[in-house]
Amino acid sequence: MERNIAVPGDVLSDNIRASGSGTYIHEGKVCASVYGLVNKGERYISVIPLAGKYIPQASDRVIGIVTETAYSNWIVDINSPYEGLLHISQYPRRIETEDMSRYLKVGDCILTMVKDVDAGMKVELTLKEKELRRLYDGRIVTISPTKMPRVIGRNGSMVRLLKSEIGCGMFVGQNGRIWINGSEDRIELAIQAIRYIEAYAHTQGLTDRVQAFLKAKEKTRYSRIHESRNSEEW
Amino acid sequence: MSDKPEHFIIDGKRLDGRNLDELRPIKIEMSPLDRADGSCYLEWGNNKIMAAVYGPRELHPRHRQNMTRSVVQYRYNMASFSVDERIRPGPSRRSVEISKVSREAFEPVVFTKFFPRTAIDVFIEVLQADAGTRTAGINAASLALADAGIPMRGLVSACAVGKVDGRIVLDLMKEEDNYGEADMPVAMIAGGRITLLQMDGRLTTEEFYEALKLAKTGCDKVYELQRQALLEKYGDEHPVDAEDVSLEGDTDEQ
Repeated sequence: MERNIAVPGDVLSDNIRASGSGTYIHEGKVCASVYGLVNKGERYISVIPLAGKYIPQASDRVIGIVTETAYSNWIVDINSPYEGLLHISQYPRRIETEDMSRYLKVGDCILTMVKDVDAGMKVELTLKEKELRRLYDGRIVTISPTKMPRVIGRNGSMVRLLKSEIGCGMFVGQNGRIWINGSEDRIELAIQAIRYIEAYAHTQGLTDRVQAFLKAKEKTRYSRIHESRNSEEW
Repeated sequence: MSDKPEHFIIDGKRLDGRNLDELRPIKIEMSPLDRADGSCYLEWGNNKIMAAVYGPRELHPRHRQNMTRSVVQYRYNMASFSVDERIRPGPSRRSVEISKVSREAFEPVVFTKFFPRTAIDVFIEVLQADAGTRTAGINAASLALADAGIPMRGLVSACAVGKVDGRIVLDLMKEEDNYGEADMPVAMIAGGRITLLQMDGRLTTEEFYEALKLAKTGCDKVYELQRQALLEKYGDEHPVDAEDVSLEGDTDEQ
């Protein structure tokens, strides 16, 4: 697949019906509105931005951090210009307003889903879906939300690769936060792999390269273990 | 400060050896700032400009929020050491005005409707000034906005024209700006839609149209350089900032 870089204002096509995301129509032509990679699909031409903030959309699964407990709502930081609101009724079990901070305190991390976003960008969150819960262990790393699709891969291929090759638990939130669970060295390796993906997010054949990257990392790890055994014999 | 030269144009060449329709050399560096969402460092002749863009981000105070669109905030500031005679730091009448007109050069270009209730902050820091800092600032801001992934109708390119020795010239330098007969900064989206046009001094109607035409050719040249800078940022397969995680480095380690 040929991928070209577009600059805002670049004319991409004469067919105005092919206008996809990251484009706009001016004088009967489809133009790029963001700086990014041109993606020529079957029906639409879109431009995938190389940078940008997370803008919440309904049914996105995101990782949030509780910043405040207001009356009958938790206010959640979702790594976005907009804050998330988790209403007390969206907690999996019934709780009284006075008991809110017993269940979720300021600083707690939650794996949550965007239930609804209105025109004024009021973001309603929910915990009432399977998989959604408070996170007690593991670590969270943040990358640019525009690079998220590369960490997920086509139909989740990249996440599967990372999970199986590294041997750790992982959840990729749409908002650029990634939760990793496992032993300390596994987490460390997972973070290195994610940083690698982030740095090469604009290139092709990334899954294969990440596989090679992980292989090389494993090799150095075993050779180090080998060395330390040798030194013990002395 | 140097005195007024007797002639600005000698044998068709200007004081620094340029032709009448020639720009000063431009150097662009993308994303020099780590903590900004988008940034750009630009040198244009002896002008040195740093631009940083933050956002879209939450806007405070809350009453300034717009429920239907994002608010563009633009701060043009000259460092106290940017000119020969130290200037008093902080906003001045001049810098407040330049901030306003520059902001208005971007407001019709940025798709603000996508980000209701937020602010897009642009900071322009003039580190060294040598005439034409507002146009240099707009060029840098345009690149920093693109770098931050903010949707826009196009890149804004800016350039000044003026009149010295009775002739219309492109991209005034310090002496020409100080002692010339007219100075006219212009900013436009590629294609020629003008978003900023100011003038001080005097031009006849004919001269004005001639100057505008010359400004367009200048902006087109600037646009090509801006575009090149953006394409080059991701041009090579191995970006510089990926060095510490590159495969090659790891195999050498063994």
